[in-house]
Amino acid sequence: MAINYFYPDYEVVRNEKKCIKCKVCVRQCANEVHTYDEEFDCMTADDASCVDCQRCVSLCPTRALKIVETDNIFKKNANWSQALITDAYRQAGTGGVLLSSMGNPQPYPVYWDKMLINASQVTNPSIDPLREPMETQTFLGKKPRTITFDKEGNITSPTYPNLKLNIPIMFSAMSYGSISKNAHESLARAAEQLGIYYNTGEGGLHQDFYKYGANTIVQVASGRFGVHKKYLEAGAAIEIKMGQGAKPGIGGHLPGTKVGEDVSRTRMIPRGTDAISPAPHHDIYSIEDLRQLIYSLKEATDYKKPVIVKIAAVHNVAAIASGIARSGADIIAIDGYRGGTGAAPTRIRDNVGIPIELALAAVDQRLRDEGIRNDVSVVIGGSVRSSADIVKAIALGADAVYIGSAALLALGCHLCRSCHGAKCNWGIATQRPDLVKRLNPEIGYKRLVNLVHAWDHEVKEMMGGMGINSIESLRGNRLMLRGIGLTEKELEILGISHAGE
Amino acid sequence: MKRVYVNEDWCLGCHLCEYHCSFANSGKSDMVKAFNGNTKTTPRIVIEEGDDINFAVQCRHCDEPLCVKGCIAGALTVTDGVITIDDTRCVGCYTCVLSCPFGCIVTDNEKVIKKCDLCISRTGEPACVKGCPNAAIVFEERG
Repeated sequence: MAINYFYPDYEVVRNEKKCIKCKVCVRQCANEVHTYDEEFDCMTADDASCVDCQRCVSLCPTRALKIVETDNIFKKNANWSQALITDAYRQAGTGGVLLSSMGNPQPYPVYWDKMLINASQVTNPSIDPLREPMETQTFLGKKPRTITFDKEGNITSPTYPNLKLNIPIMFSAMSYGSISKNAHESLARAAEQLGIYYNTGEGGLHQDFYKYGANTIVQVASGRFGVHKKYLEAGAAIEIKMGQGAKPGIGGHLPGTKVGEDVSRTRMIPRGTDAISPAPHHDIYSIEDLRQLIYSLKEATDYKKPVIVKIAAVHNVAAIASGIARSGADIIAIDGYRGGTGAAPTRIRDNVGIPIELALAAVDQRLRDEGIRNDVSVVIGGSVRSSADIVKAIALGADAVYIGSAALLALGCHLCRSCHGAKCNWGIATQRPDLVKRLNPEIGYKRLVNLVHAWDHEVKEMMGGMGINSIESLRGNRLMLRGIGLTEKELEILGISHAGE
Repeated sequence: MKRVYVNEDWCLGCHLCEYHCSFANSGKSDMVKAFNGNTKTTPRIVIEEGDDINFAVQCRHCDEPLCVKGCIAGALTVTDGVITIDDTRCVGCYTCVLSCPFGCIVTDNEKVIKKCDLCISRTGEPACVKGCPNAAIVFEERG
């Protein structure tokens, strides 16, 4: 069967009465869906190329466009979904691995949505954050077990480098290469204004962004792209990336087409070559090896910067986290299976890893049981979608959260999950200069600041409702959470009671 | 004085400013009516397109405007820094079209020339500025 025709997933619906043929859709679609037919003086659309990124819909001045899901269907089958059948056809035609982007979209349970937050009534007063002080500032890193003072009141016990966050939110690692320079600039400027941090990802730090170093976390990943002494010294903290929630167990691959002059210089690799990050770090096969890298990095930066170790949430995550805490890391970052990516094999993205809520609860409990919780801070990411998710994460034991997808949404991303195509119409996941300029960092950074401020306000409102005026008092305060519609086992892992209990 | 400025770094060449300008000058209440009716209004702003660079051009409202100097009918005047055309006086000689160094005075089927008036007759910022999706066109005071 050589016929491999797929009816388009989406259809472009144009209201001919409203369309003024301004052709903004033609000019703005990098997938070349829209065309203007001069002979018939009409607009046409090639539905097959549409990725439903909503760029044309958003820019159409007369609101004449909408994109709808097709109603063309294969014979219904509860076992063989249309997507599975189509994927099999596609692979039979190409022999290739299926690729996807952004987070796992499959209908697995979302535990954030199965937890409810407490509020004060009668017996303990709630607090109005608009009238009373409310603290969301937090510090990440190793905390001293005891504090001793001299006669003048100066601290004499050893202290450790910490990151100061005005708001317990950081922007996740997204490399220059996977996202555009303008996207990075937006993140960097927003982080600076908010008093938080953004993360270079594994693509090195562009020379123009060294000035944002005080709000930058520099990443060291298995490919070691762009890593040199000045780079390590530029950041406020160093992150060793062992794994990523979207694709645990595998490395990364930036196609050579995205490695232009600037990306090549930043990554320190030849122009036009594929940037391949190996699945493992070739020098790390044990916790002892990890310890060597942590201390190499600390030595290189004079023990002035905290070291973060980032792992994907996988089955025995609690034991792994315990090992990391003992290896000398200051912060553990855990990335859940809903975490985003610029490209990952579809089957891995959709089937590997575990929910971040369960991983977080398990890790926090394990570290507490072993008496080493204060030796490390725990940062979680992998689909933190709202301020409510942040409150729940902190109550489950997180010190702060990483937001990646949510940050990109602020920059215009519509989660069309086509980043691997490198033709992002919103100027985010692309290196094409004409597309990159669509993201004006002047607009982008303000939208990021707005989003984080809005979430901070909401976190404060919810904390106030619980009668808590400091984020530190919410941390690991699982009594503030109740499960709804969860089994005994799920409640046990999350360490919370059921609603009504 | 506040003027319209264009930053070519952010201009996408989407031409939306032209459409918003035409609509603003059409006197119609609805954009669809402004374009799908019998008459079409010529935009006072024009996108100059290149391979890698695009930018919008409209009247710079010069401090020493050649168009005003050259107008034989006294139809072009400067009021509070804004150069406007008096339709009743314009004789359609197009001297201003020839003398404008920026090519910002446009003509259509009518005798009277058309030019940007910074949307002073309407409220708020100029329509092109409001309609630009990437803040490439700004309305601001510069020294």
